[in-house]
This record gives sequence, C-alpha cells and structure tokens, in this order.
Amino acid sequence: MDPYALKKLNQCRRERRAAILITDLGDGRDRVVVEGDTVAGTLGEAVAAAFRSGKSGTAEIDGRTFFLNVYLPAPRLVIIGAVHISQALAPMAAAAGFDVHIIDPRTAFASPERFADVRLDAEWPEEALSRSPLDAWCALAALTHDPKIDDPALKAALEGGCFYVGALGSRKTHAKRVERLMEAGVSRTAIDSIHAPIGLSIGAASPAEIAVAVLAEVIAALRSRGTEAEKGRAA
Amino acid sequence: MPQIAQGRPSNDPLMVAEEWMKAGKDVAIATVVETWGSAPRPVGSHLVIDAEGRFEGSVSGGCVEGAVVAEAADVLADGKPRMLEFGVADETAWEVGLSCGGRIKVYVERLG
Repeated sequence: MDPYALKKLNQCRRERRAAILITDLGDGRDRVVVEGDTVAGTLGEAVAAAFRSGKSGTAEIDGRTFFLNVYLPAPRLVIIGAVHISQALAPMAAAAGFDVHIIDPRTAFASPERFADVRLDAEWPEEALSRSPLDAWCALAALTHDPKIDDPALKAALEGGCFYVGALGSRKTHAKRVERLMEAGVSRTAIDSIHAPIGLSIGAASPAEIAVAVLAEVIAALRSRGTEAEKGRAA
Repeated sequence: MPQIAQGRPSNDPLMVAEEWMKAGKDVAIATVVETWGSAPRPVGSHLVIDAEGRFEGSVSGGCVEGAVVAEAADVLADGKPRMLEFGVADETAWEVGLSCGGRIKVYVERLG
C-alpha cells in the first residue's frame, strides 16, 4: 500500500468522510477516492455502487481485478446525561466502535473525575450540538429524566435524521413527553420512532445492565438500517 | 478542538499501521478480499503486522492469523504482495484450523 494512500485514508476516517481504497490486485497499485470525487468509466460506476451499498468487494474491469474497500464513518453515540447508566454505557459503546459524546449541563454530573477517557461537554445540548451537529451516522440516548435537558436534544436528533433515538423513562413519563414534543411541533411519525422505554427488553435491573440493553438496541438499529424490520417498527 | 478518534479504541489496525510507519517500522497489511460460507470476519477486514511479528486487527476468528503473520514476513522481505486462500477444502486449512466451514481469500502487501 502506498504510504500516502494510508495517510489520506486515515485522515478521511478521522474527519468522518466516506472513502474507498481502490487496489489493483494485479500490480498492487492503490489510490483513495473520497465520496464526491469523480471517477470515470466502468470503475466509476463500481465506486458509486460501493458508496451506496457500503459493501467492500472485487470488481472485474477491462480484464483487471480491483478490490474496493469501503470505509464509512464510525457511528457516533451521543448520550444526554452524565448519569450512572452513562458511566457504564460510555466504555461499552467505545469498545463496540462508537465515538461517544456525553452532554450534560449539570457540572456536578458532568465531571472529568466521573468520566475519564470520553468526550464530555458540561453544557446545554443546544450549545454542544451546534458545534457537533447530529447526522445519519449518529445515535442519541436521552438519559437525564429532565425535560429541560432531554426534550431539545430529542428534537434535534429527530430533525438530524439520527439512525437511533431513545429516551429513558416509564410509559407514563413517555406519554407526557409525547404531548410536549407534539406541542413543540414535532411530527407524530418522528415521535413514534423514539425508542421508549429505552433498551431491549432483557429485564435489566442495574445501571450496567440497562447500558447493555441500550447498546444492544442501538446496534440493532444500526444493523437494520433501511431494512423492512426497521421500516415496520418505525411505521 | 481536535477530536481525533476520541472515545474509540486505539487498536484500529490502519491507525496502528500509520503509527508504526511513522516510527520507521516495516509494516505489512493483510486484507480479507473475498469470503464464502460462514466466514468470521467480513470482506475489507484488516490485520497489520510489523517485522517483529507484532500484529493488530484480525482476518478471521483467530483461526488463520498465525499463518498470515508468518507469510507477512516473506512479503516484508521481498516486497511482493501475495494472495492467500484458506478453507476447509484444502489440507493447509486443516493445519491452520479454519473450522467454521468458510473459505477466505486474504491479500497481503507491504506498506510503502
């Protein structure tokens, strides 16, 4: 592999840009294509298809075999609330490959002592999210139980097209949340896509077990993006 | 404020390969380019290996890594990329133990 290709590829991955490493398996030459770059001819069609599907694979073009390795941005998990569940969830999600970002304006909760080795912003979600906007590669879990903090973040997550939006709280709590979000002008379809009560139903009891249930639900949503199962659930 | 891979594990094979390269080490990169059947790691997965046989990442569930690391030494020595195939159908596979029933093709190349 060309050292410049590796540097460019890693740079794209740090900047959350989709990229493909194209290797000619005949002579070993390679180059990096960033999403949006123009690639001519049949190879260009294969590149466009690979960006759409996200799947890596070989392509036979004009008697040559190319390997197209697709690198999509790492999914990001934004956690609203520097609470006990978050202390267990953050390291688990990081181990599973997520970029973790915790937001909580309450400085007593959002202290570096309680959250080492994780991106932590002790400010209101609107402020923190204006610097790191949510996108389709983001999941958001609202865990504070405080509507002042959770609601604006949930609204931003639904507007940003996050692949997963979950909110902690009982069915009763959620019913009140639904009313508030409706009043705030969020559509019923969007509200119905919120996972609440949060987490897969595994009978989780402790904060760490709830974290497992939440992470499993986030992974299930990530891996079923665009499939019938996910569409059926959201409908 | 830079947020370089923060919150993510530092054992990303391609990031490790870049660090090794910057430290002046010889590095080989192995990539799964094709799979058939129940292969444990998807196409595109990487295993990176240095000249001392240290490695990061995986191309299988641990079944063929030893064989790939051994082959990487030859790739580093002569600089020629190699295409390796592992599967239950051939004897080598039994030796290295790809017992899941799948078959994989692994491309091993030198960095630089």
